[in-house]
Amino acid sequence: MIAFNKYYNHFNLLSSVLIIVSLLLLIFKGLNFGIDFKGGTLIELRASDSKINVSSLRDRFSQMNLGDVSVKKFGNDTDFLVKFENKDNKKNIIEEIKTNLDKSFGNNYDFRRVENVGPKVSAELLKSGIIAISLSLALMLIYIWIRFEWQFSLGAILALFHDVIVTLGIFSLFSLEINLSIIAAVLTIVGYSMNDTVVIFDRVRENLRKYSDIKIFELTNISINETLSRTIITSATTLLALLAIYFFGGEILKGFSLAMILGVIFGTYSSIYIANTVLVRLRVSQKTVLREDD
Amino acid sequence: MLYFSKLRILFITLFSVLFILIASSNLFKFDDNFFDKKINLGLDLQGGSYLLLEIDNEPVIEQKLQNLTTTIRNYFKEKNIKINNIKIDNQNIFFNVTDNDKQSVLDVFQDENSDLNPYYPRFKSHQLEIEDTGLNLKVNFSRQGLIKLKTSSQDQAIEIVRRRVDEVGTNEPNILKRGNNRILVELPGLDDPMRIKSLLGKTANLTFRFVTNDESDRFGVEKLKFENGLEEAMVSKRIIISGENLLDAQPKMDTQANQTIVSFTLDRVGAKRFGKATSTGIGKQLAIVLDGKIISAPVVRDTIASGSGQISGGFTFQSATDLALLLRSGALPAPLDIIEERTVGPDLGQDSINAGMIALAIGFMLVIIFMFVKYKIFGLITNVTLIVNLFILLGVLTLFEATLTLPGIAGIILTVGMAVDANVLIFERIKEELKDETNNILAFDGGYTKSRTAILDANITTLLAAIILFFMGSGPVKGFAVTLGVGIFTTLFSVYFIARLFTSIYVSKNKNKEKLI
Repeated sequence: MIAFNKYYNHFNLLSSVLIIVSLLLLIFKGLNFGIDFKGGTLIELRASDSKINVSSLRDRFSQMNLGDVSVKKFGNDTDFLVKFENKDNKKNIIEEIKTNLDKSFGNNYDFRRVENVGPKVSAELLKSGIIAISLSLALMLIYIWIRFEWQFSLGAILALFHDVIVTLGIFSLFSLEINLSIIAAVLTIVGYSMNDTVVIFDRVRENLRKYSDIKIFELTNISINETLSRTIITSATTLLALLAIYFFGGEILKGFSLAMILGVIFGTYSSIYIANTVLVRLRVSQKTVLREDD
Repeated sequence: MLYFSKLRILFITLFSVLFILIASSNLFKFDDNFFDKKINLGLDLQGGSYLLLEIDNEPVIEQKLQNLTTTIRNYFKEKNIKINNIKIDNQNIFFNVTDNDKQSVLDVFQDENSDLNPYYPRFKSHQLEIEDTGLNLKVNFSRQGLIKLKTSSQDQAIEIVRRRVDEVGTNEPNILKRGNNRILVELPGLDDPMRIKSLLGKTANLTFRFVTNDESDRFGVEKLKFENGLEEAMVSKRIIISGENLLDAQPKMDTQANQTIVSFTLDRVGAKRFGKATSTGIGKQLAIVLDGKIISAPVVRDTIASGSGQISGGFTFQSATDLALLLRSGALPAPLDIIEERTVGPDLGQDSINAGMIALAIGFMLVIIFMFVKYKIFGLITNVTLIVNLFILLGVLTLFEATLTLPGIAGIILTVGMAVDANVLIFERIKEELKDETNNILAFDGGYTKSRTAILDANITTLLAAIILFFMGSGPVKGFAVTLGVGIFTTLFSVYFIARLFTSIYVSKNKNKEKLI
């Protein structure tokens, strides 16, 4: 049996630091919102001429008075991602850009993807994203409350907060883009982390009923160990699937799968070191779980 | 938990086979209608254009209020009530009446049978609200009145949008209402929406009006620019004919002048009015005005009584074709703004499909190898279940003709990774049971029973997340929610019926074997 409980305090401290640092990052550095949430225009461009590269594209675009234009390589050497704010929300901006690029590059390029999100829509998408995440956290809280006792509910929700905040913190730290699929990833992380927590909690509850003489500090450790191989195997298969998406699923799914990979790692960690420690700190005992059944 | 009746085995087999067949209808062609269903590919996979249009209702409201001032004035004139200082400001109508008349005016507006101010019994609300500000009376649209107005302009607009999109002839466009002032247009297979965008961006309000220099024209005059933006002309506000009077419009080549024109035919009313105007207005310039700009202003040389005519204005063949199309499909009740556009080229879509499929294959292989190494014979059972699960998932998506998006494929891969969870929970529990229980059958039974609540709780939480995502997410993300959500049900089915069936067969054949798992 591994003595997970020996490190409860250490990891609680680490998690607190992680959460504080993440929050500071989120407040002071902020998130790198993509056009979904910030509004603007995105063009994925594929070149068939080596003359077209990041610097020549940047050069062309800077002459078009589009404000801040970001040009980046996207996946391989011939694909580029161009983003700009399109502040004035010009109507025929794509056509204008095409005419302009035609002059310099002729027919040697192709727009593979164009996305244009107006300021109104992006504000709505951001709002609905925030609502979706808050709503899912609230629903999880209620569900666990119904199925378990409030102490469990609190533990699970703290673990969820931890996973979501730290994942977003890492996105902030590395300025990774937040778009619609990241919101999907965060919601899935919420589901996954919950899933993981519930399995351990289920066992804690079962053991609480079974043993009246074991303290919660020991009991959580027993439960974690009993479910450990399941925790490892499920995390492993899920990570295998996610790694396959990350490496082979194409550029568009990279951010999504990265967020999920982080989420699964943190979700597994938090089920052990946050959700359970809350039970310990709240001094959950046999009485807690028996009360309602009597 | 390990006992299966013959009937249940039959049911499980039939059910699985049915969904495998449905799923395979995506690959093979079946003659039967039932199997002819297919999973729809989202725009991000098949390529295409997604446009979200917002109706700008401001001009409609302004126009309605403008008309309303005349209506109010005339209505009360009949009742010998004089309306003074009527004006529109910030979507409100203001006017004055004498103090004696005030109450009767208020009564008219608040009468449920008033024909001036329609009452909607369903919403317990009038179309208009009236308020005595002390200085004057203020009339504006009520909340319900505004909603009615918006939905009606949305109804008209979606009809026109549909006609315009149909005229361009893209395959299977999807045109839907969103809220009460938006229209969603999905155009599969279209990788250059430029033309459609420019067609939808025009209101196409066509009027024929005389050019005049007479400032005191009874109907009022306005200064309008020509299409080229250089010249201007004073045009009477009196409309001779408008777009509504057109029966047909076609682009034509005028061989004499060697230019492209748009020829049009008028309906009876239009023809009569056009005939009369051209007979009295010989020598005058008739301006053809589209969306507030003069296309051309030819001089009337002859009476045109045939009810047909032509518009010239330096068109290219393309612009003449588009103008004819716009005129045929009619004018939008209000201008449309494209507030969101997402276009994916077909080759990127294909690349995404390929990448998704490769990721799925590799993810699947990795999980299968892992499970086999870890659980040997039970890993094999899990893997068979996993494959059947995948087919059932695809079968369900096919049956509902769901839309598969790139995030949707990610959802399937994720389901593969997470689907083993339930089996793992069961197997690990069985291992624990076997520590104290020597009877294999009892241990397996216990493993299934005792792991049930954890499995249920774990899946419900993921399902909750998927449901929220489905209702809050848009487009591709919705596709992810669908596969994730459906995946939970198919996983539970395959774990509790298929995997359990195989397990039960294996265990009953090896009842006395030690170290079974």
